[in-house]
Amino acid sequence: MADVKAAETAAPLDLLDERLRRGDGWRSVAGGLWRRVRSGDLGVLPIVLGLVVIWTVFQSLNSVFLSSANLVNLLMESASVGIIALGVVCVLLVGQIDLSVGSVSGLSAALTAVTFVSHGWPLPLSMAAALGAGALIGVVYAQMVTRLGVPSFVATLAGLLSFLGIQLWLLGDTGAINLPFESDLVHFAQLAFLPEWLSYVLVVVAAGWLFATGYGLARTRRAAGLSARSTSLLVARSAAVLLGLGFAVWYLNRARGVGWLFVSFVVLVLLLHYALTRTGWGRSVFAVGGNAEAARRAGINVRRVYTSVFVLCSTLAALGGMIAAARLAAANQATGAGDVNLNAIAAAVIGGTSLFGGRGSAFSALLGILVIQSISNGLTLLDLDSSFRFIITGLVLALAVTLDSVARRSRVAHGRAA
Amino acid sequence: MNDPVKEPAAAPGGRPILSLRGISKNFGAVAALTDVDLDVSPGEVVAVVGDNGAGKSTLVKVLAGVHRPDAGTLTFADREVTVASPADAHALGIATVFQDLALCENLNVIQNLFLGRELRRARLDEVTMEIRSWELLRQLSAKIPTVRVPVASLSGGQRQTVAIARTLLGDPRVIVLDEPTAALGVAQTAEVLNLIERLRERGLGVIMISHNMEDVRAVADRVVVLRLGRNNGVFAAEAPSEEIVAAMIGASDNVVSRRAGRARSVKGEA
Ligand SMILES: Nc1ncnc2c1ncn2[C@@H]1O[C@H](COP(=O)(O)OP(=O)(O)O)[C@@H](O)[C@H]1O
Ligand SMILES: [Mg+2]
Repeated sequence: MADVKAAETAAPLDLLDERLRRGDGWRSVAGGLWRRVRSGDLGVLPIVLGLVVIWTVFQSLNSVFLSSANLVNLLMESASVGIIALGVVCVLLVGQIDLSVGSVSGLSAALTAVTFVSHGWPLPLSMAAALGAGALIGVVYAQMVTRLGVPSFVATLAGLLSFLGIQLWLLGDTGAINLPFESDLVHFAQLAFLPEWLSYVLVVVAAGWLFATGYGLARTRRAAGLSARSTSLLVARSAAVLLGLGFAVWYLNRARGVGWLFVSFVVLVLLLHYALTRTGWGRSVFAVGGNAEAARRAGINVRRVYTSVFVLCSTLAALGGMIAAARLAAANQATGAGDVNLNAIAAAVIGGTSLFGGRGSAFSALLGILVIQSISNGLTLLDLDSSFRFIITGLVLALAVTLDSVARRSRVAHGRAA
Repeated sequence: MNDPVKEPAAAPGGRPILSLRGISKNFGAVAALTDVDLDVSPGEVVAVVGDNGAGKSTLVKVLAGVHRPDAGTLTFADREVTVASPADAHALGIATVFQDLALCENLNVIQNLFLGRELRRARLDEVTMEIRSWELLRQLSAKIPTVRVPVASLSGGQRQTVAIARTLLGDPRVIVLDEPTAALGVAQTAEVLNLIERLRERGLGVIMISHNMEDVRAVADRVVVLRLGRNNGVFAAEAPSEEIVAAMIGASDNVVSRRAGRARSVKGEA
């Protein structure tokens, strides 16, 4: 009896309740994960499994698929739509949608090309102008949605058409403007790769940083009398990241290596992840997505949150369009057209960001675009045309949305947030 | 954080910290509030009672900046003010527990408690927020096993506690509670009533909306009756329930008094 008492007074502040399943060992971590999955809080599990399946299938059909050269290519190709998907994640988080990201990216590509090539503006100015146009579009959407009460679905559908029209008009009769190969933008998007040593340094820095922040947090929490992750667990996590990333980078370095473009995309993902999970702005984004009226009553300026999110989304779409043009060394009528729009939205959803708002993460853009790009790349290797790509991407999207809905129902049944 | 319970008591009575004069609010053709007056002084608990649809929640929302009144004035600390938004109400020091609680189900308890007033917004201070959350919940004797689960997984009573705890953050001068005990069990109800008394001792003005005459009589200093959106009398807490109920429902011979009469006659026979 006395032992029990002593154990209880020693327990951390947040684990005092007798109903809590307690433990700080590996088994409790594993058990906690398992309970979460069963209650419908699937996290990144389905998508990682999905990626494994997709990669296995394509590798068995064509052994080039998992070659270093092809994976380097796959990553470089995923950056532009991945960046657009990042913006879509934000809009979905507040429970809205932007159907025009494709057109906005195409418009931005055309704007950059026209000002830079045809009018001879300095490159940074052209890019700033295109990004500014993207931001402006976001402001207009936000005004329509928050002041006039137009559903974002309709406002952005109208934008989809209008901006496609402006893009075509800008490009003129020829319908395409080539970007010079020697420009910094094209060089960055096609030919800039990390030196091998730097890529390994980055891996070590990433793993070290992960450990340092985790350890720092655990120490603060313990000092404050709260429960914290054990150091061995933190070490194991960092070691896994070190080995995993290290192997990936080593494998990519067999071919051209890790592109600066892809690294930039990952940096954007990390920045957005930080903003969403560690800042007051991110908190308000989730709050507005969960219950906009409650957020308003808590004193959050809901209109400003919507505006920030629409602006971010359109600006990222503009950035993605610029990069798509740079990858191609040309802005043409097809930039941002076709499946770019749906791929960006599908990536966010496949990656685990809920269409119902209030649930998701920046990483879903990264994971989702990897799935979509893998399918597209694998089918191209098999010489199958876009009809198959559409069908299979569509099926994967249907699967992801179904999983989202089923998991949502399970979460409701298990008393987690819908 | 400054403990809301242990601060020196301000003298009760005195000038009202908050007064409403002639407040009206229409929703289309429905006059939800007509010419309503209400005062609350520091260190005073005012109960607002009324039948369903009497306009109690609408009054709460006017105080909280959720609805703007169509007419009437609000005076806070001897200054005429407009409460155009919930942020205005927070800035003045009016904290509200809404009847529907207004929590974000997808956020956890800490995130809900600190919603809109996170510590260190550029790099959230999660550890301090968690500790303060525990302190706050402990003060309310809340039976919440963990604060890191989404509010969706809490019971009705636990959610109510979270909503009440939220008002104690910041430095409120007036607390408005819309049916705070409706979802609570016996022990939790007593806990909330104790809390209301401690808030009064600390010199806050408390406006409590309630259906439950027992709760009202337990803590209120004055009882303000609303009927069909209008003031219908102010009673001392000691006034007989029948009188207050009559003012709420609008007749002395009403369904409640008839039931009470029947119950008395049954007891008398036994
Ligand atoms: N947002 C609203 N829109 C239209 N009518 C409303 C709204 N809120 C309340 N009402 C109406 O105002 C009246 C008072 O409602 P309410 O204040 O919720 O009553 P109580 O809380 O006293 O039960 C009711 O007739 C209700 O239908
Ligand atoms: Mg009500």
